[in-house]
Amino acid sequence: MLETLLPILIITALALAVIGAWRRIRLWRQGRPSAVPLFKGLAALPRRYLVDLHHVVGRDKVISNTHVATAGGFVAAAVLMILVHGLGLGSSERMGPVLGGLLLLASATMFVGSLFVAKRRRNPPARLSRGPWMRLPKSLMAFSLSVFLITLPTVGVLPQDAGSWVLALILSAVLVWGLGEMVFGMTWGGPMKHAFAGALHLAFHRRAERFSTKHGGGGRSTGLKALDLDDERAPLGVEKPADFTWNQLLGFDACVQCGRCEAVCPAFAAGQPLNPKKLIQDMVVGLAGGSDAKYAGSPHPSQGLGGKPVGEHHGGPHGPIVAREGTALVDAETLWACTTCRACVEECPMMIEHVDAIVDMRRFLTLERGETPNKAPEVLDNLIATDNPGGFAPGSRMNWAADLNLPLIADLQQVDVLLWLGDGAFDMRNQRTLRALVKVLRAAEVDFAVLGNEERDSGDVARRLGDEATFQSLAKRNIATLAKYRFQQIVTCDPHSFHVLGNEYGELGGPGAPARYDVRHHSTYIAELYDAGRLAFSPWKGGRVTYHDPCYLGRYNGEYEAPRRVLEALGIPLNEMERSGFRSRCCGGGGGAPITDIPGERRIPDMRMNDVKETGAELVAVGCPQCTAMLEGVVDKTAEVRDIAELVADAIVMPSARPRRGERCSPGSRTEEVVS
Amino acid sequence: MRPEQQGIEMAVLVSVGRHPITGRARRADQDARGLELALCLEGRLPGSRIGLLHAGPRSEESEAALRGYLGMAADAGTGLNTLTLLEQPEGSDAIPALADHLSAAMPQLVITGTRAELGEGSGLLPYALAERLGWPLVNGLAAVEKVENGVATLLQALPRGQRRRLQVRLPAIICVDAAAPAARQSAFGPARRGELEATPGAAELDHELAGWQVAPARKRPKRLKIIRAASARDRFKAAAAKAEGGSGQVLEGVSSEQGAEAIFTLLHEEGVLRS
Repeated sequence: MLETLLPILIITALALAVIGAWRRIRLWRQGRPSAVPLFKGLAALPRRYLVDLHHVVGRDKVISNTHVATAGGFVAAAVLMILVHGLGLGSSERMGPVLGGLLLLASATMFVGSLFVAKRRRNPPARLSRGPWMRLPKSLMAFSLSVFLITLPTVGVLPQDAGSWVLALILSAVLVWGLGEMVFGMTWGGPMKHAFAGALHLAFHRRAERFSTKHGGGGRSTGLKALDLDDERAPLGVEKPADFTWNQLLGFDACVQCGRCEAVCPAFAAGQPLNPKKLIQDMVVGLAGGSDAKYAGSPHPSQGLGGKPVGEHHGGPHGPIVAREGTALVDAETLWACTTCRACVEECPMMIEHVDAIVDMRRFLTLERGETPNKAPEVLDNLIATDNPGGFAPGSRMNWAADLNLPLIADLQQVDVLLWLGDGAFDMRNQRTLRALVKVLRAAEVDFAVLGNEERDSGDVARRLGDEATFQSLAKRNIATLAKYRFQQIVTCDPHSFHVLGNEYGELGGPGAPARYDVRHHSTYIAELYDAGRLAFSPWKGGRVTYHDPCYLGRYNGEYEAPRRVLEALGIPLNEMERSGFRSRCCGGGGGAPITDIPGERRIPDMRMNDVKETGAELVAVGCPQCTAMLEGVVDKTAEVRDIAELVADAIVMPSARPRRGERCSPGSRTEEVVS
Repeated sequence: MRPEQQGIEMAVLVSVGRHPITGRARRADQDARGLELALCLEGRLPGSRIGLLHAGPRSEESEAALRGYLGMAADAGTGLNTLTLLEQPEGSDAIPALADHLSAAMPQLVITGTRAELGEGSGLLPYALAERLGWPLVNGLAAVEKVENGVATLLQALPRGQRRRLQVRLPAIICVDAAAPAARQSAFGPARRGELEATPGAAELDHELAGWQVAPARKRPKRLKIIRAASARDRFKAAAAKAEGGSGQVLEGVSSEQGAEAIFTLLHEEGVLRS
């Protein structure tokens, strides 16, 4: 009986899956067009899955191995099952036992994997979603066990007519459950949807540069994509789910609700109304239409409520994401709580781009609705009128260095290093860092100059606040200024400027000004100077030190080594925080978050200072004006906050037998012409 | 129960502003507050219409600044995707052009800022308009409470947060200053989409202005407030205290010569006039 029933069951499940897939693809295609190479993407899929995705999943060995066993077992079992039972190859004399044996092996592996999945689900951590996900281990077992049992007669372990028809019927019922979850559910919206959407998302990812290739390279693509402001009909940001590009929608649908993003999100930890996992699920609700009532994970935090209740937000692909009045898919405060620290993106095993989506939605709120919260409109107006967020007179940008006699690039036209000051030039705390950095550069006899009053805000804050128009205006004027001069590299102590100049200006350059710069963080540059023997330090006499990785230096630009190298050169032993390196916790200062200032239960910098306290450090080394300001603002902090440049400047041993400062060492011989 | 309210026609006069630090053209702060007032009123009186009006020359810089006002209308209903530009050659008098337009369009409420940020900035324009049109004028407006049966109930801002409630028969001109609610954010999208409807305005050369010499305004010297206080409590009291006139005098029933004499003496005492 099973011989006739099995092919019917398998073919039916596959046919339904194909229909479901077609429906799901139609949902994604509601999004805006986005050109991706279809076949190249599909060809790159295995590598992206096995190398890049596994690189992220592999950070947790138990889950990684569980997934390898379960998913690998399933894929093998599914293919073999179609061959053996669906196409009837199992009854052939020669192939039957071999394929059947392999199928037994695959389903057994999957069963072992599903045992571990079940174990994880017994007391699941808060970050995991429940609901349908709780039945997944049972469904995995049902599939693997039933496939295993029905294959036993094929290889001749059991006689063909073993057991009664009752047993066969029960077995078929279990198999129907398994097939339903694993094949039908994959395209009709069950937990297994992640496999289908996830695979296609890897193939058609909006940032193909993120993935490695056989020739190495790749792996980082963090710059936001520019809006086309010249086309007046192009929408400004994302108003409704259908305004996302189709592969962004596909990406949202790939979410496995593992909650790794939730676990690392600083806004979520601070009780601000953002849970990245829920946000992605909100987008999935939007793309299919309906309400979030079925969501079974942690909600967006909400003060005093223990989380925003689910079921109150609803929407559709062509309805607004943020309502003008009342509720729609998400509340605006959820979008403004993000610090754009990219911890969620770094951690996401499905390679979902949360920050892109959030900024896309912010763009609409700012550019179309004029609803940037709190102090942000004032900051944006300042940027428009004075080219700096504080509204200071542009001519006072160099006041901090009145006594330093800094060389201006306008006078020199050509230097090795252009020192980009950033808006920290107006901030008294950051001015200390800048002065320290100047001291270091002079001690190492670097041929450098500054733009002086010609410099403008890089546009970082404007862009993260969704004001793409102001960002592009600032960027284009900065690019035009930079194009006037010749320099080999830009060095800055502001990782935000570093990121914007290095990763986001490139897209905006014109034919006369390509806007590709060699930008370095001051820690990188100091490490290079030290390695070249141009700096000497006196030994460290201070106490315990820890280092806080700025998001825009680490996760955005992959620079984890240089600051540690500099601290090592200073003879400072590091006491690393638990969250450091690519898992560093944000200081709360990015993405305009201190300006939009969405209330939470705790403050993000307080949490970060607690991390510092846990290491017992008396001093935390930082490399970013934002981090300095946020961490210094902590009340009753246990550690001193100092920039790496300050530590270096304090320890520097001035070479006596060197030419006096201010004299440049034959610039002509060392500078090469570069197109800036 | 709220009585049935009818929408009204409003005209908001807007000018090209100037940023105090960089001098870049922008939407003028007071005029933007005027538009904010109109937009709030429109929200409360459904069916109201707002007309934006500017008289002056058209240039790229002024257009960008004027679009700033259109960008505030992201939320508004009808009538605010265009700005009427009464195009005039440089150096023309805006008053006849505005008066002609307003007497033809007959809005019930004309809202303006108190003083322009550029040019003459005398603050006389609303008065000149009111005189020409024969409409009442209320200055220093803080809020429009209600408009019923052609009568508006207004709150006028007085020094130190005091308010005076006024009733005025429409049509009327009201001007706002820094006491009115701050203007909302101007959004890029609506600003870019909005249209400038240019019509030639009366080109009457401002002869008086032509004879003037224009120089950038300097900050006025501010009288130093010297606080001698021993304790924090004294300092707080001094900071919270009213500015005391003290030496002022009220002249009543005096002749114009006596009045002028008193003013002249005061100016001498203050060192404004030196002889």
